[in-house]
Amino acid sequence: MHWFANPARFMRIAEKLLPWVAGAALLSIAIGLYQGLLASPADYQQGETVRIMYVHVPSAWMAMFCYMTLAVASASFLIWKHPLADVAAQAAAPIGAGFTAMALITGALWGQPMWGTWWVWDARLTSVLILFFLYLGYIALVNAFDEPERGARAGAILALVGVVNVPIIKFSVDWWNTLHQPASLTRLDAPAIDPAMLSPLLLMALGFQLYFVVVLIIRMRAILTARRIRALHMVEPGE
Amino acid sequence: MKGFAAIIRRELKLAMRQGSDAAIALIFFVVVVALFPLGVGPEPGVLERISGGVVWIGALLAAMLSLDRLFQADHEDGGLDLLVMAPWPLEVLVLAKCLAHWLVTGLPIMLISPLLGLLLHMNTEAYFTLLAAMALGTPVLSLIGAVGAALVLGARRAGVLVSLLVLPLTVPVLIFGVSAVEAAAIGQGAGPHLMLLGALLLAAIPLCPWAAAAALRQAVT
Repeated sequence: MHWFANPARFMRIAEKLLPWVAGAALLSIAIGLYQGLLASPADYQQGETVRIMYVHVPSAWMAMFCYMTLAVASASFLIWKHPLADVAAQAAAPIGAGFTAMALITGALWGQPMWGTWWVWDARLTSVLILFFLYLGYIALVNAFDEPERGARAGAILALVGVVNVPIIKFSVDWWNTLHQPASLTRLDAPAIDPAMLSPLLLMALGFQLYFVVVLIIRMRAILTARRIRALHMVEPGE
Repeated sequence: MKGFAAIIRRELKLAMRQGSDAAIALIFFVVVVALFPLGVGPEPGVLERISGGVVWIGALLAAMLSLDRLFQADHEDGGLDLLVMAPWPLEVLVLAKCLAHWLVTGLPIMLISPLLGLLLHMNTEAYFTLLAAMALGTPVLSLIGAVGAALVLGARRAGVLVSLLVLPLTVPVLIFGVSAVEAAAIGQGAGPHLMLLGALLLAAIPLCPWAAAAALRQAVT
């Protein structure tokens, strides 16, 4: 990790990596969408609406994954003062908020035909909504200070406090009797899902993951460049 | 322990001398709860049904309103730097601050809540449960609020921001507090809900001062 603790070196590596990751993301999302929307069977109970799941489930996974990225980056920023960690945290937060919003919206679109309602106040939905608020709170806090350094540190502590919500989201379907169904994939026995549906789901999940990496790199580069501009302005205030 | 007692004495003395600050939160609580019958209509059946939730939301908002009292004044006059440099662990001092904050705002809110329950036609069975749930829940609000109040020190529009940060984290208190009152109102035992509230309090007592102290340290350096 220390080898990467150099913004210039990171920028160089990211530059080379970006087209490959972007291509892979595009490819797996394209194949995943084709399989999910056209080449996979409709569900015997849910009918065609099951196809919403190929977007909904990966979005929800990514919403949690982004928060864990945010938390791990925040921890390494606070503990080891890693110079790229706060950049990564600040870059990841809006992406995570976007994935959370997408999970909530696609969930509502699926819930309307299947549950007969756009929204229910069950434990899974409520805790994901809280996750969305946590992202918004983090973004608001980081931008609320005149010195960026101060905002980064305050935001890092908030991100770590918010980690309590992640296990609540994960286990909410087991702890409470909810309308939202429990996990179908991460079970001790075989996944409760047909292979024809599993393959587009995993492809979409992979594609979303790669998409996250692409946007993260682009956003980190933007933040680093903005910092550099700020530093240059400080050296030559007249410019 | 000397530092702990000294902080509580100081906070209480300050609150006594400028009593209006604590009173404002209490009046705000009463006004918010009194608005609900005007908003949803005065039918006793409806009010009885929502009374537990209304009292809890009022308490939550009143607690948010009083959070800027916690560290803001000390941050402005430099007292916070002395607290950070004091020979006692900052976590203990933060805990003392939270306890003092609860004594000044949480305790009056808790004591007046049955009266507001009366105004909302709450089932008389539920009053003791409401008091017990408030006694366990309002300290958690002060503790979680301390983390938020410490994080926003020196931020722009800190008052609004602290509510945005803290309110999502207080949802468990609201859920179990309301379900305790509702269980008691329909004659079921409120025991499990009160135990969960107690568990939240026991978890918040060590964790929140720790996080708040970390936030205070980075605010003064």
